[in-house]
Amino acid sequence: MTVSLNDTAFGGGQSSPGASGGQDSRVVLSARGLRRDFGGFVAVNNVDLDVHHARVHALIGPNGAGKTTVFNLLTKFLQPTSGTITLLDHDITKTDPAKVARMGLVRSFQISAVFPHLTVLDNVRVALQRPGGLSTQFWLPMQALNRLNERAMELIEAVGLQDARKNLAADLSYGRKRVLEIATTLALDPKVLLLDEPMAGMGHEDVHIVSDIIREVAKDRAILMVEHNLKVVADLCDQVTVLQRGEILTSGDYLTVSQDERVRVAYMGTEHE
Amino acid sequence: MTQATVTSAPKQRLLTLETTLILIGIIGLVLAPFYFYPVFLMKVLCFALFACAFNLLLGYTGILSFGHAAFFGGAAYFTAHAVKEWGLPTELGILVGVLGATILGLIIGFFAIRRQGIYSTMITLALAQMFAFFCLQASFTHGEDGIQGVPRGYLLGFIDLNQPLNMYFFVLAVFLIGMFIIWRIINSPFGMILKSVRENEPRAISLGYSVARYKLAAFVMSAALTGLAGGLKAIVFQFATLTDVSWQMSGEVVLMTLLGGIGTLVGPIFGAGLVAALENYLATSEFPVTVITGIIFMVCVLVFRRGIIGELYASRLGKRLESKPDN
Repeated sequence: MTVSLNDTAFGGGQSSPGASGGQDSRVVLSARGLRRDFGGFVAVNNVDLDVHHARVHALIGPNGAGKTTVFNLLTKFLQPTSGTITLLDHDITKTDPAKVARMGLVRSFQISAVFPHLTVLDNVRVALQRPGGLSTQFWLPMQALNRLNERAMELIEAVGLQDARKNLAADLSYGRKRVLEIATTLALDPKVLLLDEPMAGMGHEDVHIVSDIIREVAKDRAILMVEHNLKVVADLCDQVTVLQRGEILTSGDYLTVSQDERVRVAYMGTEHE
Repeated sequence: MTQATVTSAPKQRLLTLETTLILIGIIGLVLAPFYFYPVFLMKVLCFALFACAFNLLLGYTGILSFGHAAFFGGAAYFTAHAVKEWGLPTELGILVGVLGATILGLIIGFFAIRRQGIYSTMITLALAQMFAFFCLQASFTHGEDGIQGVPRGYLLGFIDLNQPLNMYFFVLAVFLIGMFIIWRIINSPFGMILKSVRENEPRAISLGYSVARYKLAAFVMSAALTGLAGGLKAIVFQFATLTDVSWQMSGEVVLMTLLGGIGTLVGPIFGAGLVAALENYLATSEFPVTVITGIIFMVCVLVFRRGIIGELYASRLGKRLESKPDN
């Protein structure tokens, strides 16, 4: 699998190319005092989070820390019990999830989220249909979608799936499904990407490919990702937030966070070596 | 490149197979009234359209409705009433039936799509039962008697529909138009979104699709086309009765669709033909119809779950793929 990355495939072409993290650091997604109860159980409590443009932000923590719940809250798949969420200066605390996605906050899922019985090309085209204004026409033939092919192929080539474009998504390897999912997500040209364990269950070489893609994509977008592979986090992320039992343990750059004694305890469960 | 062409081949074969079946079917249907009893054929066509409209929802959107009798029987009542009491021409009467079914579809669909799976199905059943009760009580339906003696009238004012062959070809034309509409919806940009919702609903939402609206649209389209079948049936048999709004009718259409093959364009037509033929044949024998259809249903679910046409597609494609040298 070869990867050829190019700006035209990923960027909408609007913002300055090659702007690497740190230059423009405005906050695009922020949460204040986020809380979610399930019955008597507090899954997420008092979470403050700021996700910056053109930066990769990692959300880490032991199993059951509430990482996925935070994702579900931010994307409005779950309604927070209290707290506020702001996306690009709009309050989205009460907005429905499809609307949030249309506003530019797009998520991926922990298990690979493709449309299994559609081809790779169709998977990407489905994402392009709505922005392309081709999602409600029940009177047009399928060929009407062909005008999305060019853009779809750009995205497919950018993630190195061009040889599989006519294959059913179900027939792809796990790693390639995840890559397809990223291509589908990028089709929406989102402002903020939430990636839920994008590398989970991937082989070594696939991890590299996805890392490269994420790095490229982040030049122009904000990315918040849940990731267990700390090597990837160290390598990729500008900012790390550690969750434990639904609350933020600490936040900062990888070096600071990794040397924090509390983080070690949280991960190892004991202070002993 | 070779990999891509090999894997795209099954889709191509499926299309060829489907086109062949459709062509044979149309020729068969044109010749059929010269060999078979036209009223029986018209009954099959009405139920076939009904089953295909139902399949648009179940097979292509993944929503199981157990209340489609409300649209089928409701449209039959509306059409019968419009033609008999208001004296509307036949084609307008059928449109009244379609309109009525569309409105019912909006109401029932609005509540049904709010829940998923079995809960959604139960909502359709409950609301359809309420409508059936309304039909039992309302005065215009004439309760247990139903609306009898609905005139077939003249199509466009000059084609006498009392002539069996004229009526047959009118039904066939409406059936083909209905099938074309269903085919168009399935193979359209909108149909693609329906497929994606069926495949992975959370992902469709995360791509910014307001899934509820697409589901409701599919529900209403299915109801409208079911209404077309129901209105047509009222004209063919010249009556509308409680049978068509009863929950058994909702069950029957599930059976037809399952038998023929969920999610195939032509499967439900075969399912409808088989069930109607069995009912006709067994009506004069001493076997109870419901027991036989019940057994067939069980065999279908246990042995060939894809349905007749579904299994045919699968086996034809499977064999041809195996015979192809793998390189």
